[in-house]
Amino acid sequence: MSAPPRRKQVVNLTGLLVLLALPPAAFALGEPFLISVATRIVIAALAALSLDLILGFGGMVSFGHAAFLGIGAYVVGILAHHDVESTLIPFLPGAWHGSAAALVQWPLAVLAAALFALLTGALCLRTSGVYFIMVTLAFAQMLYHFFVSLPAYGGHDGINLWQRSMVPGVDLSKDWVFYYVCLFILLAALAVFSRIVNSRFGMVLQGCKQNEARLAALGIATGRYKLAAYTLAGAIAGLAGALTANQTEFVGPSLMHWSRSGEILVMLILGGIGTLYGAVAGAATFLALEEILTSLTEHWMLFLGPILVFVVLFARRGIYGWLVGPESGDD
Amino acid sequence: MTEPILEVSGLTKFFGAVAASDVLTFAVERGSIHGLIGPNGAGKSTTIAQLSGELRPDAGRIRFAGTDISAWPVHRRAHAGLQRSYQITSLFPDFTAAENVALAVQARQGHSFRFLAPAREIPSLREPALAVLGRLGLAAKADVPASRLGHGEQRQLELAMVLATRPKMLLLDEPTAGMSRTESRRMMGILRPLKGKVTILLVEHDMDVVFALADAITVLVKGKAIITGPPADVRANENVRRAYLGNY
Amino acid sequence: MTAQLFLEQTLNGLQQGVTLFLLAAGLTLVFGVMHLINLAHGTLYMVGAYVAATVTQISGNFLWGVIAAVAAAGLTGAAIEIIALRRLYDRGHLDQVLATFGVIMFFNELVKVLWGPQALFLSPPAILSGTVEVIPGVPYPAYRLLIIGVGLAVALAVRQLITGTRTGMLIRAGATDREMVGALGVAVNRLFTRVFAIGAMLAGLAGAMAGPLLAIEVGMGEHILILTFVVVIIGGIGSVRGALVGALLVGLVDTYGRAFLPVVLRGVLSPTAADGIGASLSSIAIYVLMAAVLIWRPRGLFQAYG
Ligand SMILES: Nc1ncnc2c1ncn2[C@@H]1O[C@H](COP(=O)(O)OP(=O)(O)O)[C@@H](O)[C@H]1O
Ligand SMILES: [Mg+2]
Repeated sequence: MSAPPRRKQVVNLTGLLVLLALPPAAFALGEPFLISVATRIVIAALAALSLDLILGFGGMVSFGHAAFLGIGAYVVGILAHHDVESTLIPFLPGAWHGSAAALVQWPLAVLAAALFALLTGALCLRTSGVYFIMVTLAFAQMLYHFFVSLPAYGGHDGINLWQRSMVPGVDLSKDWVFYYVCLFILLAALAVFSRIVNSRFGMVLQGCKQNEARLAALGIATGRYKLAAYTLAGAIAGLAGALTANQTEFVGPSLMHWSRSGEILVMLILGGIGTLYGAVAGAATFLALEEILTSLTEHWMLFLGPILVFVVLFARRGIYGWLVGPESGDD
Repeated sequence: MTEPILEVSGLTKFFGAVAASDVLTFAVERGSIHGLIGPNGAGKSTTIAQLSGELRPDAGRIRFAGTDISAWPVHRRAHAGLQRSYQITSLFPDFTAAENVALAVQARQGHSFRFLAPAREIPSLREPALAVLGRLGLAAKADVPASRLGHGEQRQLELAMVLATRPKMLLLDEPTAGMSRTESRRMMGILRPLKGKVTILLVEHDMDVVFALADAITVLVKGKAIITGPPADVRANENVRRAYLGNY
Repeated sequence: MTAQLFLEQTLNGLQQGVTLFLLAAGLTLVFGVMHLINLAHGTLYMVGAYVAATVTQISGNFLWGVIAAVAAAGLTGAAIEIIALRRLYDRGHLDQVLATFGVIMFFNELVKVLWGPQALFLSPPAILSGTVEVIPGVPYPAYRLLIIGVGLAVALAVRQLITGTRTGMLIRAGATDREMVGALGVAVNRLFTRVFAIGAMLAGLAGAMAGPLLAIEVGMGEHILILTFVVVIIGGIGSVRGALVGALLVGLVDTYGRAFLPVVLRGVLSPTAADGIGASLSSIAIYVLMAAVLIWRPRGLFQAYG
């Protein structure tokens, strides 16, 4: 209700300016590869943001988020693959040769991920607590194994894409253009999510995290709200997956390896859960840390692991919480 | 006489060999305040949990407002107007007092699949919430997070939440638990005017409160209802004296 | 599908099942007593496999390898418990998951530093490298039979531990009522470390015994960890009996699925399609089993803890 504190506005605005100014700055510095790092950050932030909706606000600790990214990516990959080879997509009622158009690929990616989230979520949400963590992890692993043993789409090796998705009048093959498209999507998602978490739906979702039994005792059927949030999170993660496929021009089971789910979780915790913007700060920190540590040593995980343990044990508010200071409001 | 609003018949719940409800049968008249008393461990909280649907009985039926609700889930019973409070305060600690109550108003208004409008600025949520808080003397605390309220205030906030749902019947599990004498008296002052408007099943350890407020009382011992009747009868009953009131 | 093939696959399934049981038993005990979800449990399995391979190579004796593996896993487990996990018992599951994820990252990389990125291979001991006729006309690898035997023996030993010893009494009490164990005046810290070390040693034993059957490589721990999760979800967390039933079910369903699904599908599809789809479907069979259990009993077949 009250206006967000000044410091928070300053932090958010600075972040926005940095993100907007990045491509020209990268060109000016003669380091255009920075754009692709920044694109990875923006896409990872979108994935972490979708996780924040269910984890940070709904209290659902999902350890299978990479599954949704994988589905989104595979939808793009499979449609592009059949489009290039001009072959029919099997097991479809009609005859369809796929498509290279983003306006076809991306909505279908979102839809497929949402559907998977709806189906597995209905099962996962029959459980809670530690069971929920294990079940989400297991369903993601199921999908991983499914694609590994699917020879039609490259099995372990996945599919290499010929080109990025086609958008009329926009040349996504230019890295800076693709970056701005990703950034636009991230900002739109941030805007929509910050409305959602404070809406009536959002209040119920936050109530689920704080005291689900009380919500039920007040007369609210919590299950369907959690499932709706889970599905929405899956859909957005699916979109992040579609963008990932475009960024790397490759789709493979490694995208939904369990450690990917772990990384998204780590980004979110690093940035600060339940803040939305923390997802962006976390993705940036994690990937920057990865870039820096890999340039120092091949065995960077040797350092990242203990850093993570340390953050969990001693620094739970995350980077964003630390940036905006103690009186950060709660949205 | 009209039909009772709540009829409990043959309610049975065992935890291992412990009988928490032992073929429990009683009825609550519409508009009355009905006391449910008994020694610690008699099965009062367990009874409430079975009425609210949080605990599944081993056997028995529950009729509420003329309908058999035995198979209904928690939220459906609550939505039908059977609301409860908890012996150990149960709130949304990060929300302000007003947000806690607004969530209860939201529960009454039907589904919450509204994704965009900021809930805190919706008058149809905030105004009734503030009105209830005002009635319970919490108006000044409306924007204080629930976790920062004092114990007595938290108990009152919990009552504010259930009242905001405009219940037909309240199941109150020791609403004065842990309260000072003054706070306790204040709580009585809040409950008394509800008589005739809302039916209340009142679990209470403070005998003064129960005998002052209740129209009828059921005494529970080891999961069994040993008597149901007007306060005077209960007070005079030899079994009650022996089994229970002797302790006081 | 001959009876012979069926018997062979059943034994394979049992062998996979008892290996999973060794992991699931530790995981479920640690959860039951400490309410800790430990992602690094698979790490101890990996440590067991690597140490077994190295010590066997140096000493020339597989038995020494197994003993060293169990000891190394136990020590590693105790160290992890004392350094990091002890601080996590009172934290939420999210913190536990993240911190133990960090532990996994560290150990996976450490193993790469110490042993290199190449997979190791370990042969079963010479005397067990042959086959045994289980019933006349059905030869079966002796080493795999040994695993089944050891696994079942451990299952009995764990049962004895839980029903017949003071530690077991405390474990059972802890699984239902944590405060009560503290109230009994037990040194809770020591009990926790002991339970954790037992779980770690079982995982190390599993890693050492599975070593000769697969490539010993980084990532093997997490692969089996997730299967172990499926076992525990099916069996019910906190229940050792559930762990055994769940492990055998998962082992059998997985093995039967891989062996027979493609064969069954050939009845309705072309051979190549049947093999391709059969492989995909059988790789998800255990997860379908898990989903079915979730629908039927969301807290597992033997729910010891809610
Ligand atoms: N979840 C439970 N598991 C086992 N026993 C329980 C449980 N809940 C209550 N009990 C037992 O049931 C009996 C009745 O408890 P309760 O309804 O809380 O009593 P009261 O509210 O009258 O003090 C007590 O003996 C208590 O120990
Ligand atoms: Mg009670």
